[in-house]
Amino acid sequence: MISIFRRPASSPPPRRLTLDILRYNPAEPERAPTLQAFTIDEAEGMTLFIALNEIRAHQDPSLQFDFVCRAGICGSCAMLVDGRPALACRTLTRDLNSHITLAPLPFFELIGDLSVNTGQWMRGTAERLQTWIHAVDRVSIDEIEAPMAPELAEAIYELDRCIECGCCIAACGTAQMRPDFVGAVGLNKIARFRLDPRDQRSDEDFYELIGDDSGVFGCMSLLGCHDVCPKQLSLQTQIAFLRRKMARLGFD
Amino acid sequence: MQIIHSDVLIIGGGLAGLRAGLAARKRGQEVIILSLVPPKRSHSAAAQGGMQASLANSTRGSGDNEDVHFEDTVRGSDWGNDQIVARMFAHTAPKAVRELAAWGVPWNRVQAGDHTAIIDGQPVTISESTTAHGLITARDFGGTKKWRTCYVSDGTGHAMLYAVSDQSIAAGIPVHERMEAVSLIHDGSRCHGAIVRNLMTGELVAYVARATCIATGGFGRIYQSTTNAVINEGIGAAIALETGIVPLANMEAVQFHPTAIFPAGILVTEGCRGDGGLLRDVDGHRFMPDYEPEKKELASRDVVSRRMEAHIQSGKGVRNRFGEHLWLDITLLGEQHINGKLREVKEICQHFLGIDPSRQWIPVRPAQHYSMGGIRTTPDGAVYGLQGLFSCGEAACWDLHGFNRLGGNSVAETVVSGMIVGEAIADFCASPAGELTVSTALIRDCGRQAAEEFSAIARCSGPENASQLLRDMQQTMSQQVGIVRHGDALQSAVDTLKSLILRSRQIGLRCSRPGANPELLLAWRVRKMLKLALCVADGALQRTESRGAHFRSDHPQRNDADWLKRTLAYWPDAEQTRPTLRYEALDVLRMELPPGWRGYGARDAIDHPDTSRRQAEVDALRQQLASADRNTRQAALLAFRHHLPAHLRGDNARLGEAP
Ligand SMILES: Cc1cc2nc3c(=O)[nH]c(=O)nc-3n(C[C@H](O)[C@H](O)[C@H](O)COP(=O)(O)OP(=O)(O)OC[C@H]3O[C@@H](n4cnc5c(N)ncnc54)[C@H](O)[C@@H]3O)c2cc1C
Ligand code: SF4
Ligand code: SF4
Ligand code: FES
Repeated sequence: MISIFRRPASSPPPRRLTLDILRYNPAEPERAPTLQAFTIDEAEGMTLFIALNEIRAHQDPSLQFDFVCRAGICGSCAMLVDGRPALACRTLTRDLNSHITLAPLPFFELIGDLSVNTGQWMRGTAERLQTWIHAVDRVSIDEIEAPMAPELAEAIYELDRCIECGCCIAACGTAQMRPDFVGAVGLNKIARFRLDPRDQRSDEDFYELIGDDSGVFGCMSLLGCHDVCPKQLSLQTQIAFLRRKMARLGFD
Repeated sequence: MQIIHSDVLIIGGGLAGLRAGLAARKRGQEVIILSLVPPKRSHSAAAQGGMQASLANSTRGSGDNEDVHFEDTVRGSDWGNDQIVARMFAHTAPKAVRELAAWGVPWNRVQAGDHTAIIDGQPVTISESTTAHGLITARDFGGTKKWRTCYVSDGTGHAMLYAVSDQSIAAGIPVHERMEAVSLIHDGSRCHGAIVRNLMTGELVAYVARATCIATGGFGRIYQSTTNAVINEGIGAAIALETGIVPLANMEAVQFHPTAIFPAGILVTEGCRGDGGLLRDVDGHRFMPDYEPEKKELASRDVVSRRMEAHIQSGKGVRNRFGEHLWLDITLLGEQHINGKLREVKEICQHFLGIDPSRQWIPVRPAQHYSMGGIRTTPDGAVYGLQGLFSCGEAACWDLHGFNRLGGNSVAETVVSGMIVGEAIADFCASPAGELTVSTALIRDCGRQAAEEFSAIARCSGPENASQLLRDMQQTMSQQVGIVRHGDALQSAVDTLKSLILRSRQIGLRCSRPGANPELLLAWRVRKMLKLALCVADGALQRTESRGAHFRSDHPQRNDADWLKRTLAYWPDAEQTRPTLRYEALDVLRMELPPGWRGYGARDAIDHPDTSRRQAEVDALRQQLASADRNTRQAALLAFRHHLPAHLRGDNARLGEAP
């Protein structure tokens, strides 16, 4: 029985993949954006990370893209895969047609080809929404920590899992119209700190940050964000909940 | 060339760099942080399993304290580490976890009452006390006597990095992203900052500072199969080496993690085994108890990785079209546990293997994971050889880990060393030595040199291809400088790498685009990476013993008599093709825990002549102070608190321990 397991499965010839990649380098404005086609042979378990690196190593050393963890953890590699925002490193080519189109995420500053500046936008948003624990009381780190209900810690982690990849922004109709919209990523962060009892800000404080059209009232609830979030955060529930809370404050 | 001034320049925006920057900022220093990528994308984010700190809140952690953590760490290191540093670390780790809790890290908490855990393949009921309810809980990790690894599901590094990064945003510390330090500005005795390349435009900028700190993480990418991120290329360590004055220590001490998914090399956390997962072979047999009857799957990583490779060599590997592997079985933990506490593992299995780990076994094989070696520093984080230069985190050899790091001790090291080294940096800046005295001529010279290095590469039309050299190096390292090493293979690796260094001076580029030119960058980096690879291979070749992760099949014994010393690799002349190795002895007579058996692995070390004398001294002191409290006893054996900043010297409170 074991020898059967050990025999390599007879495999059909590999597919030829064609990747149409949107090329543009803002440092060379004289060259207009173009879709450039590359063809490669598919390999078993091939991800877009492997495919793009192969193209860069063997076909075009100037191709720009961003990968860091290549494990779906760090949020660096979001791009439009056949028009849909996704993490390229964990997209398997076998789940795609043999003709694949890759383009950079819209909305963010383009660095070149598939590389966009999500980092700068995320930092700006963090400063604007003050996404850190605001505590008045000083904590002594020699003392036993304050207890927290285990379920609450887990619920906070659920919202803390955002990897700032920018997929939700790329899929968001409001963000395309309003460059100052904080997006699902921003609203989710507010939900995260609001839930955390160590953050002593009140709902009024949060209202100051997101109680307008660049915040929770700009959202049209079309839920593009919810469908593309690679961490499957409960964006729909969080946004709806925040909106109810904030709307109530607005009336008071 | 543009010149940017600050008090403190931190190179690296991972956990270590951010935490050190925060400490210096809180002392009033103006800090700038550089990073290749947005800081939250640093590889610290990938740490899954957890952070060790002896809080002793959970039942299986009860009785834990700094002493036990210290001893586990020294044993794990195979007595290769600095025991003063290990003491400073074990003492500060609980404070670091508690600080992170206050900063919002959602540590998993103790749930009072009965739970079922899987221990040694069997369900076991564990009861947690109501007094501990809601305090930070811990899981089991390899090589530890107690359950000590605090965790946030299996996204611990992510949660820590986001909390620390958000604190640095709150403190208003600027992070200059997509910037790569390409050389240090120094005059042979004092470091004044770094020459930095903008990765978007290719422009060079001089960052001048009173103090500079390298926190650039590990260098796993010199290996073919690694759990490290693609940016972990070790450039920070390489530019320190290239000063010719700064040594890299113990570069041969490279850790291989037992459970990287095969063949992609993506890690699944040690928490899988800590929580009860088992290793199985081609017959489905659980083989670790055959080799390690006591610790089984939870011996230290070097031991487990070695046993796995040996088991594959003995014909028990599972073959697929990429090669051979073994199985990690976590199906016995149940779907609920996996969905809650091992979510990243589940996602990785789904996306990269197309399997559900609650029903199927995971194909795994050891892969390069961690660099114990790095830029050699004092316990304050001051780098040997250059004043004004500091280092912390995985890039440094502070020497907490010696020849093997325990799981969960690294993210702990990043924040703990950041807390300590950041203070030392602030002290330095406030001292007369911290005055800024650099001449503009020196800055210009260093800038010109760096620029010339890039333009020489861009001009060269040699026959060599950078990606090919990179692949050859990675293959050589994985095949010949891997888990099981032998003099012949190491010699051949050194020869190959030396010829690769020569060939790397003849790389021709196909693309001459200005700005972000990935090909130019690769050609430049591969030359640096080759130097690191040679430090590893040559260090391993010379070290004719086995210690921790460094295992020589031709010298299988740990040899304290000849090798209880740290390798220091220098590269004084740019034309060299091999490092200059020197050694720094460890002083047995100052050890709190003299060398002995680790409690797992082989038991055949050759003793150091001082060991029995020191052991007798330690035993006598312990007896003399038998009635003293454990802190007094400890201080008599190895005083360390004076090395810590004053605010980190206090005792750590614990449940059930008298304050
Ligand atoms: C997959 C994986 C899982 C792990 N899990 C655990 C775990 O569960 N527990 C544990 O204790 N440890 C774990 N580790 C180890 C631990 O995560 C790392 O050792 C630690 O996070 C390193 O932190 P650091 O701050 O030193 O470096 P990093 O987080 O790697 O940060 C390095 C920083 O330096 C910057 N940089 C690098 N070079 C340059 C340059 N030339 N110029 C400018 N900037 C530069 C980078 O941009 C980055 O910001 C794991 C490691 C891996 C690979
Ligand atoms: S909310 Fe989801 S899609 Fe948006 S940035 Fe975070 S992880 Fe990405
Ligand atoms: S639901 Fe709101 S945030 Fe999400 S995509 Fe739609 S408009 Fe954007
Ligand atoms: S490279 Fe990190 S998520 Fe894709």
